[in-house]
Amino acid sequence: MIEVIRPGPLATVQDLGRPGHAHLGVPRSGAADERALRLANRLVGNPEGAACVEFTLGGATLRFDSPAWIAVTGAPAFLRVDGRGSGAHAPCHVPAGAAVELGTPPSGLRSYLAVRGGLMVGRVLGSRSTDVLSGLGPAALTSGDRLPVGGTEGLDDITVDLAPAPPLPASPVLRILPGPRDDWFGPDAITALTSTPYTVTPETNRVGIRLDGAPLARTREGELSSEGMVTGAVQVPPSGLPIVFLADHPTTGGYPVIGVLASAEVPRAAQLRPGQTVRFRLN
Amino acid sequence: MRILRAGDAALLVETGGLTDAHRLDAAIRAARLPGVVDVVPGERTVLVVTEPSADLDRLAARLPDLPPPPGTGPDAEPVEIPVVYDGEDLGEVAALTGLGREEVVRRHCSASYTVAYLGFSPGFGYLTGLDPALRVPRRASPRTAVPAGSVAIAGPYAAVYPSPSPGGWRLLGRSERVLWDVTRDPPSLLRPGTRVRFVPEAAP
Repeated sequence: MIEVIRPGPLATVQDLGRPGHAHLGVPRSGAADERALRLANRLVGNPEGAACVEFTLGGATLRFDSPAWIAVTGAPAFLRVDGRGSGAHAPCHVPAGAAVELGTPPSGLRSYLAVRGGLMVGRVLGSRSTDVLSGLGPAALTSGDRLPVGGTEGLDDITVDLAPAPPLPASPVLRILPGPRDDWFGPDAITALTSTPYTVTPETNRVGIRLDGAPLARTREGELSSEGMVTGAVQVPPSGLPIVFLADHPTTGGYPVIGVLASAEVPRAAQLRPGQTVRFRLN
Repeated sequence: MRILRAGDAALLVETGGLTDAHRLDAAIRAARLPGVVDVVPGERTVLVVTEPSADLDRLAARLPDLPPPPGTGPDAEPVEIPVVYDGEDLGEVAALTGLGREEVVRRHCSASYTVAYLGFSPGFGYLTGLDPALRVPRRASPRTAVPAGSVAIAGPYAAVYPSPSPGGWRLLGRSERVLWDVTRDPPSLLRPGTRVRFVPEAAP
């Protein structure tokens, strides 16, 4: 068992989410930075989709009842095991009874802690993920929560000492593909979106990133019929200020989507923190 | 049929209308196309979400020629949802529409509905088929808590709240029918294309 001593600003259990239920109004959910979750699991020999803790801005402490192997990826939070410093992006042994402290990461927003054997909280619709929009899955972690850890029989050996992790840029440039509703906007809007910086506002969570910057003007009147939404969609509400959808985004929406992040850019978007600037580019 | 890209791992297919959207949704599901992760009908669209590695050009080429799915369409029996019509907004809807309370209820339960699509929350179906005389705007300020089972209308749609949530729709009544249960397979009573009837019930 792992006991949550303090969860930090927001800590949730995440795996690869609930694909296949979107037509019933169920968001996909799962790790906002799926690449970091997969890496954390690989580092401790887990299947890539095992459940991990997703921390937001670190600031957390866990206590381990039993010895375990862990790895922390994503936002490079400083890690302390029983008071001794340890690096991110590397497997790390935790003795029985030890406290694992996660500092505030100097860059990035979300850190993932994988434990060999995976977290065994109950599944809802095939996933252990907390969905902050629909309320499916376990509640966000609070002090005193106890998380069961799965068995390690049959898992791959731990073979990697350290995974190279590129530093997170201060002002990333994210690749976007236009559409499906770019025809609701004039060419000025795409130009503004891809040539001026946008600031990540504090109203940013696992559902989406609200941006501030040049408003994107529509050239078409009327209302769009509600249609399915994808992760990475850049949706433009009447204010003209874009919202980038992340893992817990609603399954359908009625505001036009001017463009969609390339799949490979979604994990980078999930690491944007409030106050940071971001740019978009075509191709 | 117009096929648009929604990023590098999804196609948004414009079908022109709801019936064609449901037909295409069923055809894609029946075809079990490799690499397809989610199929999400909208009012006049179907979103097809794929694995990142899927070949979207190939998928787009296959969609117009999918065989029509067997055994779907409006033949299935409608789902009956019993309703106690004692909603908090019944009087307001009667005033807004100029119909009496009894007439609002009569029109609401004599229409036959179809689930256009789901969204807002798991199991929340947007039902088309509402009597045009019952079209009322949402409340100016949404309620912070609407109980599960609340039967409501807004704009051209009717709905039943599947779980407790905030909501701005006008409440006409309540139902004991469970619309959403994660321990059930499928968890949702409704799915796109399901036909629905509301059956008035006396208060217990």
